Amino acid sequence: MVSKRPKADVVVVGLGWSGSLMAEELTRAGLNVVAIDRGPWIDTSTHTPPAVDPDELRWGQRKEFLSPPRDNTVTFRNHAGQTAAPLRDYGIFELGRGVGGAGFHWAGMAWRFSPWDFEVRSRTIERYGRRKAEDGEMQLQDWGVTYDTLEPFYDQWERIAGISGKAGNIKGQIQPGGNPFEGPRARDYPTPKLKTLRIMELFNKATTDMGLHPFTIPCANISEPYTNPLGVSMGACTYCGFCLAYGCGNFSKSSPQACIFPVLVRRPNFKVITRSCVTKVNKSSDGKTVTGVTFIDENGHEWEQPADIVCLTAFQVDNVRILLNSGVGKTYDPKSGEGTIGRNFSFQTVSGTDMWFEDEHINPFIGTGGLGSQIDDYNGDNFDHSKLDFIGGAGILTLARDGAPIAKAAALPEGSPRWGSGFKKAYAKYYRNYGTIFNQGCSMPTRSATLDLDPTYRDKFGVPLLRLTYDYAQSDRNMAKFTMDRAVEIARAMGAAHVTGFNFADKAFSTAVIASDHVIGGAVMGDDPATSAVNPWLQSWDAHNLFVVGASAFPNNAGYNPTGTVGALAIRTAQAIHQTYVRNPARLA
Amino acid sequence: MRRREILSLGVAVGAVPAARLLAAEMDAFPHDMALDPAFVPKPAPGGAPQVLTRDIDRRTITAVFDRFIPGDELGPSASAAGCVEFLDAQLAGPFGQGATLYRAGPKAVGEDALMQKPQFIATPRERYETGLRALEAYARRTHQGSFADLKPEQQDAILTGMEKGEIELAPEVNTRAFFELMLANAREGYFADPLYGGNKDMAGWKMIGFPGARYDYRLYADRTGEDLGLEPVSLVPKA
Ligand SMILES: Cc1cc2nc3c(=O)[nH]c(=O)nc-3n(C[C@H](O)[C@H](O)[C@H](O)COP(=O)(O)OP(=O)(O)OC[C@H]3O[C@@H](n4cnc5c(N)ncnc54)[C@H](O)[C@@H]3O)c2cc1C
Ligand code: SF4
Repeated sequence: MVSKRPKADVVVVGLGWSGSLMAEELTRAGLNVVAIDRGPWIDTSTHTPPAVDPDELRWGQRKEFLSPPRDNTVTFRNHAGQTAAPLRDYGIFELGRGVGGAGFHWAGMAWRFSPWDFEVRSRTIERYGRRKAEDGEMQLQDWGVTYDTLEPFYDQWERIAGISGKAGNIKGQIQPGGNPFEGPRARDYPTPKLKTLRIMELFNKATTDMGLHPFTIPCANISEPYTNPLGVSMGACTYCGFCLAYGCGNFSKSSPQACIFPVLVRRPNFKVITRSCVTKVNKSSDGKTVTGVTFIDENGHEWEQPADIVCLTAFQVDNVRILLNSGVGKTYDPKSGEGTIGRNFSFQTVSGTDMWFEDEHINPFIGTGGLGSQIDDYNGDNFDHSKLDFIGGAGILTLARDGAPIAKAAALPEGSPRWGSGFKKAYAKYYRNYGTIFNQGCSMPTRSATLDLDPTYRDKFGVPLLRLTYDYAQSDRNMAKFTMDRAVEIARAMGAAHVTGFNFADKAFSTAVIASDHVIGGAVMGDDPATSAVNPWLQSWDAHNLFVVGASAFPNNAGYNPTGTVGALAIRTAQAIHQTYVRNPARLA
Repeated sequence: MRRREILSLGVAVGAVPAARLLAAEMDAFPHDMALDPAFVPKPAPGGAPQVLTRDIDRRTITAVFDRFIPGDELGPSASAAGCVEFLDAQLAGPFGQGATLYRAGPKAVGEDALMQKPQFIATPRERYETGLRALEAYARRTHQGSFADLKPEQQDAILTGMEKGEIELAPEVNTRAFFELMLANAREGYFADPLYGGNKDMAGWKMIGFPGARYDYRLYADRTGEDLGLEPVSLVPKA
């Protein structure tokens, strides 16, 4: 039997970056918000103080901050002719285990997408002609928002998170030391860029000599003490290196916990229900609106949370799964191209190179989750593609974060023994002499990529798992090969003695092989209800009081990490709700 | 839209006692902000083995680990560094139980090829049980002796055959994956915090120059390219 809770103005499903940014805006505007999160309460002092945090086995290897596949996994196949299998162990879905979501254990690269990324279709046609955009495989579409529209919201997110960086383009003026290819910004980052570590020095020198334009990656690992506009204070990053997959004991890594919860949780019009999994959105009898959500608490009891407005902020795959499970909107059919829920899944097309130096002291144990140097000379549409067999590109970066000794025992020059005394010798020599260049490539959706419900496998509540059907677009494969070759050139110019390129897109895609954690699409935004699930305010075309927020809304992925864009879109949506929608609950135009 | 300042909470309508839900419902910070005792790391127990209780299994895994990481001028062997105790403790806990794995059937034909990686319904503990027995049986079958008593060259030849997928220990064992599981656990034992029973005296960290569980490098970060010569520290409190 289902128990019913008192009605809320807004129910927020999932309390990661998307959910907490929205809940903060909406409660500040006076609305009553109930957030429901599948996971437990997790915070810095209770869970990751410095006495507990620097533990590679626990956090890096056993991944105790991730939601276990036992509870949340997907099934996967490359194409519709195959039977999908469940991902049984960790893979590309490194989902958050509690409140804060993946925003508690993420690395912290804090990007804006480039202006091109929001308009891939129209800009590709404009510059290269229709044939390049419509190659028969890719399914390109514009987002319905431009970079310029999002700029103030990016700015707001960066202030809340305290992002460290150096601007490259302020109001059209190129700034020395920043990224000359970035979209124009109203002002610089709130905190200065982080330190330049050894691997970055080598990269900066080599790429500068090659005529390229290195800059320090903007980071949510902040460089100096900072108080954000909500009045929340953060400390300076200590370069501890226990960052990606870890919490931050110093309150230096921007997260919902560090930046938002201290004010949000104290507001009387905010409540959070933890350890409770939302299974579906409830539709009204007229089918034009939704009435709230159904969730199951940790004792297996089912509840209804009625609300005037429902915000799905449960991460990309979970948003899509909840929509499919609720029957809101029409499921995408790759044969006819009709339906929008499950359309335009994309990933991140990764290549790069490992490199080993003789007689260096990279000191890889000093680092932060997001720190590194990058060039954007081969990202987006920053270079001429007319003679190339692809569109898009990759941020080519080197990482200063990578000293975890269990993980790095597998990173030895080709031909080194993997075990025995030879292994010990090689590892003793190369642990401190290893570096990597990582090409974080864009990913274009294809017509055949889909997300739907698996016919066989279910979760512990008996709800069908989400089924992913996907393989890389040929354009992306060509891009990854091209950028891998550039990375190898840079590694050689850096003076590496051993260089081994890698390219995840030279074989079929698999969810079990971790190239990245950035899964995208499935409930994408756009101007046209025939090709998008939500409008440019992330409002469902099928129920005007339902908003679906997160990377599920991206129609394609850029050569950058997604969270800055997730944050900017979440703030924009929340403002549209309290400034416009509540006065006139109807489709936003 | 009606605005209410405060939601009336806990007025749960239904058969289930409201207290159950209230336990998970928060309307401010939790009162207790101290480190959750359940979250304090648990040192490996030591003492009698919990999972590797058969002497022969312990002898086999000790021999395997010591071929992976032999004792030499760079540091102690895996077993001397506590890696066997480490493994036993890991197998006794959530890792051994496969607590995080999605283990629902069916295991489809072709699943591993699709994933490009072996996927298991069996737990690591079960895989060690079948794997170690099969390895011992293989040694007896091919070399007429216990794996642990073979010459190092013979042991290496078997391990290399497993690594390359050139031999199959038994039909129920994914031999190559079992090799990788043992190698991964040996490395974990050698390079994890000593808290977990391995990496005794931080020997693994000293070998490569990893300073361990340090949390502040601000004093060193500007000294780029230098050998900082930092002694490692661990999470185990100093006696
Ligand atoms: C290891 C790792 C490193 C990363 N590094 C970077 C980086 O450097 N830069 C970057 O930009 N991005 C990075 N990301 C991605 C980034 O973490 C995500 O983009 C971001 O956290 C997404 O925020 P979100 O709020 O949409 O979702 P999440 O953070 O996933 O939050 C969703 C919340 O919803 C809850 N939830 C899910 N389903 C349900 C349900 N059915 N019912 C109730 N609650 C539910 C979850 O428990 C979770 O708390 C990284 C991700 C990972 C995993
Ligand atoms: S590297 Fe910096 S931001 Fe990351 S966990 Fe350590 S102190 Fe925190």
